[in-house]
Amino acid sequence: MVSYWEIFKCFSKIGTFTLGGGYAMIPIIQREVVEKKKWIRLQDFMDVLAIAQSAPGVMAVNISIFLGYKLRGNKGSIVATLGSCLPSFIIILLIAMFFAGFRDNPIVVKIFKGIRPVVVALIAVPVVDMVKQSNLNVYKALLAIATAVAIVFLKVSPIYILLVVGVFFFMGRYFGDKRKREQSSSNKINKEGGER
Amino acid sequence: MIYLQLFWVFFIIGLFTFGGGYAMLSLIQSEVVIRHAWITAEKFTDIVAVSQMTPGPIGINSATYVGYTVTGNVFGSLLATFAVVLPSFILVLTICHLYMKFKESNLFASLMKTLRPIVIGMIAAAAGILVTKENFFDWTSWVLFAGAFAACQWLKTNPIWVIIAGGAIGLIIY
Repeated sequence: MVSYWEIFKCFSKIGTFTLGGGYAMIPIIQREVVEKKKWIRLQDFMDVLAIAQSAPGVMAVNISIFLGYKLRGNKGSIVATLGSCLPSFIIILLIAMFFAGFRDNPIVVKIFKGIRPVVVALIAVPVVDMVKQSNLNVYKALLAIATAVAIVFLKVSPIYILLVVGVFFFMGRYFGDKRKREQSSSNKINKEGGER
Repeated sequence: MIYLQLFWVFFIIGLFTFGGGYAMLSLIQSEVVIRHAWITAEKFTDIVAVSQMTPGPIGINSATYVGYTVTGNVFGSLLATFAVVLPSFILVLTICHLYMKFKESNLFASLMKTLRPIVIGMIAAAAGILVTKENFFDWTSWVLFAGAFAACQWLKTNPIWVIIAGGAIGLIIY
């Protein structure tokens, strides 16, 4: 069983190096939790991402809550959330208290000019792994591309896409089952008719 | 009184923002800058910039910063951060229980399978949105991008080291 301390350590490491918002956290979480610690499989991690995106709030925190819960239940999720929030809390607090000129500091500006394109690359990397492991057929690949286009160019929120596809899924299931039932019952009638 | 208001506003923000940090920013702005006038629009822009430059989710960073600025003490900052996390904490934990329960069911498993391509598109989009003039101001940015991608994809370098290297290179060449 994974210890609370190990969960805390892992998520505070993730929290410390997540620059540029929640999505930038995904490659680091994937690296630490899926590849290094092997606490969860990539497939399950993608489930977690879909659920974290569908729930309200900060995505990175939602991921931490979920993974913490998976590892050690309710307490595990508290520990993981604390771990991922604490580093940024302390850093922001220090900046709010002491460094009013932080964003205009020339050294900080230079460092961030170097970091920003790197972060974009880091977010792009897991896409390749996920495509490889998901055995996409043509339809699924098109769905993935359409999703990306809708979000980037049409500014559609991912939550709506998840919702719409979810609704279609349940409708397909419902009507598919209904048709099957009707087919099997009409087959029965035909058989009975034939026997007569 | 201000503490109660602060808690309530950030609780609502945490409850009603779907889709991650950037969606949260516009709600924070309308509540904190326009409705309650706790801080000016200029100060808010500063907060966004600082949030982007510091580690951690933007939603958490802005809550911490605004909480401190409004009350002038650490407790306000802690309260706002706690308030913004609380709703998703309750909801996500509930979802976790359901997930563990239904994970093995065929219906749920195939729903999740159906949603996977969307997750892939979603993350690709997150990278696409960040390809802006500000982030990629000349060819050196693209070299850094390509280098970071290659290092992570083929050399399996830890992303943390790639970020540190990016910062160090930036400091030297710009």
